[in-house]
Amino acid sequence: MKEKEEDWTLVIKPKSSLFDLELKEVWRYRDLLLLFVRRDFVTFYKQTVLGPTWFFLQPVLTTIIFTFVFGRVANLSTDGIPHVVFYLSGIVLWNYFAECINKTSNIFISNANIFGKVYFPRLIMPLSVVVSNMMKFGVQFLLFIGVWIFYMVQGADIQPNAYALLFPFLLFLMAGIGLGLGMIISSMTTKYRDLTFLITFGVQLAMYASPVIYPLSTLEGKLRWVILANPMSAIIETFRYGFFGEGTFHWAYLGYSTLFCFIVMYFGTLIFNRVQRTFMDTV
Amino acid sequence: MSDIAIKVEDLSKQYRLGVVGTGTLAHDLNRWWHRVRGNEDPYLKIGETNDRATKGSSEYVWALKDINFEVKQGEVLGIVGKNGAGKSTLLKLLSRVTSPTTGTIKAKGRIASLLEVGTGFHEELTGRENVFLNGAIMGMTKAEVRAKFDEIVAFSGTERYIDTPVKRYSSGMRVRLAFAVAAHLDPEILIVDEVLAVGDAEFQKKAIGKMQEVAKGGERTVLFVSHNMASMLNLCDNGLFMKDGQIYEQSTIKNIVDLYLKDNESLFSTSCLKDRIDRKGNQLVTYTEVKFLDENYTPVTTLLNGHKVIIELSFMRKKTLETLKKVHFSIGVNDSMDNRILLLSTDLTQQTFSSLPPEVNKVYIEVPKLQLREGAYSFTLNMRVMGETVDWVPNAGSFNVVNGDFFCTGASLPEGQGYFLVDHSFTIH
Repeated sequence: MKEKEEDWTLVIKPKSSLFDLELKEVWRYRDLLLLFVRRDFVTFYKQTVLGPTWFFLQPVLTTIIFTFVFGRVANLSTDGIPHVVFYLSGIVLWNYFAECINKTSNIFISNANIFGKVYFPRLIMPLSVVVSNMMKFGVQFLLFIGVWIFYMVQGADIQPNAYALLFPFLLFLMAGIGLGLGMIISSMTTKYRDLTFLITFGVQLAMYASPVIYPLSTLEGKLRWVILANPMSAIIETFRYGFFGEGTFHWAYLGYSTLFCFIVMYFGTLIFNRVQRTFMDTV
Repeated sequence: MSDIAIKVEDLSKQYRLGVVGTGTLAHDLNRWWHRVRGNEDPYLKIGETNDRATKGSSEYVWALKDINFEVKQGEVLGIVGKNGAGKSTLLKLLSRVTSPTTGTIKAKGRIASLLEVGTGFHEELTGRENVFLNGAIMGMTKAEVRAKFDEIVAFSGTERYIDTPVKRYSSGMRVRLAFAVAAHLDPEILIVDEVLAVGDAEFQKKAIGKMQEVAKGGERTVLFVSHNMASMLNLCDNGLFMKDGQIYEQSTIKNIVDLYLKDNESLFSTSCLKDRIDRKGNQLVTYTEVKFLDENYTPVTTLLNGHKVIIELSFMRKKTLETLKKVHFSIGVNDSMDNRILLLSTDLTQQTFSSLPPEVNKVYIEVPKLQLREGAYSFTLNMRVMGETVDWVPNAGSFNVVNGDFFCTGASLPEGQGYFLVDHSFTIH
């Protein structure tokens, strides 16, 4: 007689179903996620003199350099938007995205010692990276808002419109794409370390293929599709369109980014869950 | 059937030996190609049992092979086995650090492991913050940690430092705090791997006490791995003896410990001292042989207590013609529970040899009357030249002592009534 199915609360099998994303487990460990975020935030400026000021310093300095190099020397168009806010908006958005990718892409390797000893849903780690970077982004975003208001008061040609309300959605897209790509890359780096070298470099290059330093409208013809293929392009353009009233906004472009986001998030989670089961044997 | 907490079925784990490198991609592709066509993984068919010592022909090895066992609710199961027998792999699979190659594990309730304490401690965070973080990593919610926080801190004895970053802690304090968090986990199933040897003597006592409390509570299912047979016997109900990735025997803990010790004995006596590589020191001089002689200088394999024993230690110089200066010898004897019970040393007898000419390559230790009770013993060898360790061999060999009528009365020490035989007499004045 076949033994009756018992109410096991945990079944460990060699391979889980492709569609089992273990999200319930992740929810059970939500406290851990918050604690990781807190840890990242608190330890960021411990024993530094300037403390949280560092969050500001980096975008401010980059903006100054971009304004000088691309604005003054190269004289690139910014669609009539004041150079400083134009570059600052691009840099703050891009930074968040780049940090998400860079930090999640070595999650397995940098956490091997924790992962090798205790179990918790591994997905917590990349999620915590995305959320704690959001804190940092929040601070930098406030900086942007301050500069933006300053220019508006000064009477610069800025016409914010209702599309600015898309901002939370844009943030979600950036987080999603960063997380998804990061997870895919981190899963592959456990076996093939070569990718680690490629990634920081690749993300940097990708910035030049996005409208961070020039508006999409200046590009016509063949090269335009290269920029449009970058899912960040539509996000940055939409953001600028909403906050400045200048730029290229198209629902189709944003739709592409959204689709891209969901696809990489889905496959990222899938591959990540696959790899996390046995990566301790290969890392 | 409902009282079974863990059920392990046909569990296997395969590892690939050697460097993970260029070959990996080719194998991965081959594996993928087989899977696409609906065939079985070609690399699962090959592989050998995990015997460390012999060089196998295959790159793939089974760290665990077809393990089946059940653990009842509230049972404390001790797992014994040599290094590399698969104990750690089994625990890793149970604690979900890595996945099995085939087979399943079914469990009822949360599993938490004390494989390594202090995981995820962050240097910059305070003790308090680390308690919460560490607790959460181990699967507790914030509310659970908060409820036990005072208890944890009191147990660790670090109240004063709780708001100081962990980097200012001494290593002992860190371990205490980490163990305290782990010990206050409340899972239905607990996995413990030799973490008891942490902290100072006082804390160890506390830690063992806590483990006993957990184990004897009767509610919790505990899997316990240790090489310390005494604590095994003390804490566990049943045992599991693992050998080369397979279960050799599952029985009561007493039987398992006996079996394990017997198995170890054969290991000691067959391994040739000269070829041992797990030795320390600079190896300018190495021990080559140990012989036990009776009073007539004839070699014996079993020793009689109450009789004279001579231990002959042979050694070999790297530079054959060297005269050795200030030579120290010692031999430490452990009982079957691996407790050091005896030390014979030139330090104690103040007989350090100031000079040993090249032709001397043997030294004799004379024990006029052997005072050990009957049983199996193992010994560790040590030699120093000019104050520097030249050779140190743990578990260099073993010997058996049998009853030699110590008291010349025909009486022998009853089982469990002591470890040593001491000459004595009773009088009235």
